Amino acid sequence: MDSFTVLAGVAAPLMRANIDTDTIIRIERMTGTTPEQMAPWAFESLRFQADGAEDPGFVLNQAPFREAPILLAGDNFGCGSSREGAVWALKYSGMRCVIAPSFGDIFYGSCFQNGLLPVVLPAAQVERLAEQCAGGNARVTVDLRQQVVVSPHGERMPFAIEAIRREALLEGLDDIGLTLKQDEAIAAFQARDRVARPWVWQPGQ
Amino acid sequence: MPGRTLFDKIWDTHVVADLGEGWALLHIDRHLLHDLSGGRALNDIARRGLPVRNPELAFATPDHAVSSAPGRTAASFKPGEALHNELQRRSAETGITFFDLGQDGQGIVHVMGPELGIVLPGVTLICGDSHTCTNGGLGALAFGVGSSELTHALATQTLRQRRPKRMRVRFEGACGPGVGPKDLILHLIGKLGANAGTGYAVEYAGSAVRALSIEGRLTLCNLSIELGAKMGLIAPDDTTYEYLAGRRYAPKGAAFDRAVEAWRGLPTDPDAVFDREERVDAAAVAPTVTWGTSPEHAIAVDGIIPDPADAADPERRAAGLAALRYMGLEPGRPIAGTPIDWVFNGSCTNSRLSDLRDAAGVVRGRRVAEGVTAWVVPGSERVRRDAEAEGLDRVFRDAGFAWREAGCSMCVAANGERVPPGARSVSTSNRNFVGRQGPGARTHLASPMMAAAAAVTGTITDVRRL
Ligand code: SF4
Repeated sequence: MDSFTVLAGVAAPLMRANIDTDTIIRIERMTGTTPEQMAPWAFESLRFQADGAEDPGFVLNQAPFREAPILLAGDNFGCGSSREGAVWALKYSGMRCVIAPSFGDIFYGSCFQNGLLPVVLPAAQVERLAEQCAGGNARVTVDLRQQVVVSPHGERMPFAIEAIRREALLEGLDDIGLTLKQDEAIAAFQARDRVARPWVWQPGQ
Repeated sequence: MPGRTLFDKIWDTHVVADLGEGWALLHIDRHLLHDLSGGRALNDIARRGLPVRNPELAFATPDHAVSSAPGRTAASFKPGEALHNELQRRSAETGITFFDLGQDGQGIVHVMGPELGIVLPGVTLICGDSHTCTNGGLGALAFGVGSSELTHALATQTLRQRRPKRMRVRFEGACGPGVGPKDLILHLIGKLGANAGTGYAVEYAGSAVRALSIEGRLTLCNLSIELGAKMGLIAPDDTTYEYLAGRRYAPKGAAFDRAVEAWRGLPTDPDAVFDREERVDAAAVAPTVTWGTSPEHAIAVDGIIPDPADAADPERRAAGLAALRYMGLEPGRPIAGTPIDWVFNGSCTNSRLSDLRDAAGVVRGRRVAEGVTAWVVPGSERVRRDAEAEGLDRVFRDAGFAWREAGCSMCVAANGERVPPGARSVSTSNRNFVGRQGPGARTHLASPMMAAAAAVTGTITDVRRL
């Protein structure tokens, strides 16, 4: 997995509440595509008009924001479907960080599995970042080591993140590799559980 | 020691290792796999050269990307065929039970799991699908995961999870006529907001919940994720044990008795404390319908479409205004009477036998209104057969509904089945997101009875007035 330490770049404001993962990637784009191939379809229903042309009003279609590595969003970003394609579409479009007042639980967890950093900041701070970034030439810095976002005007906005997730992201650690090391504990748990709850282990008997 | 909640009891029994800071390596007792995410995860695990640790605890079936056309085969929807074949092949290779099209067991994962007795009280269950919370209706700790976590769980039979906070929602009193679990949960989401449950495991309790059948409890838990909660659950009781007795993968004989004895210890202790408590007066809930593009845009069917300009929070205002534009609606008008084009009765929310009976009760002796296309898509092969055995298919067909094969169908538009652009649909599913039922499709979520009422009148209609 890619590690994440410090990121500085343009932040694209998409300040709307409840942007769901269906909006981030339509389900049809996940059949027969690799994660990399999903990138052009990120935010399809917002990005394109009915005739297939790009909607110039959509922030990620505007020149300074096209390659933005940071997204600023409203409450409950990534709610809805569990599809990890939502994270893949953002990641392979070049995004590394989403800043919002809150996130859908499953999306939030999936970000960490793919080296993307979801940052929770109070709504007022995200609004401020959005205002300062509106022109497109301001840069935001996200520092995971110091757990702080620095606004274009230099305001320092500290954020909280659990140590276990922070470490994994800083190091680019893979969860499966870590858990496989606990194979003995898993085997011991299962042996005990087979005795305690036999009905779980023999479906239908 | 202070009392523990249903959630705490299940969580605590599944901790393989404490990872600190509220994190645990949690044992997973059951996996459900479907065509859209299951094959991908099994490929991933093969690519890493890892075995599936406990294939006997996993069950697979195609549902998302299959056609629901009568007489369909895996090849009927071309893009889904490869997904079906991949899931079938990988399941066979790894020893996972696979229920194919036409077999008893095929269906929407969250309909199939309970009806086969795969889902049991007190188990942890995951699926690469956010509506896995549905299965909490049987007293399981069930939640949706993304692809990476699915691979992790298949390889290790565990997940690294952070212990969520606990919320209890008590629905007290009796539902009025024409009101059921779908209305209760839409009402709750409308009241608390689509992110109120974020970070929580939500337990539903109260006399109105105790009175629900298991199918009704599954409907209630289904929309937990629309409240923002990954997990929703209901304590098991005699209704649960009666439902499970004799099901194919439920324990049998002495093993069943022993299990029930253990399950009786699961309900929340009287002195347990929750991080948040909510209460809803079930008698005061009206048949509920959504007007916008988030499940929190829910109002009573006899209510008025709200004006988002009144919202205090600027992001909600922006989202509400965009929703009204997308839906082609004006604020300040009654939602009832809005003309509709489509009706979809189906999905893991409302496609079980009791849902079809509810809808058929409204439809009997009536006809689908002129200009409306109405579908019934049973949730599973079993539901389809049982419904046909009691003649429900005839009721629907005689009224002008299409009677189809089991799958997710128009809930998700991943199978070529879509509401056309600009068309307005009353749907018994769980998501009214932009484009969810097809690009440009306008979805109003409602109960099976309300969808049936809309089908026969051609407008959004208060089923109590029929
Ligand atoms: S019916 Fe709809 S919500 Fe349920 S599993 Fe299928 S696609 Fe998901």
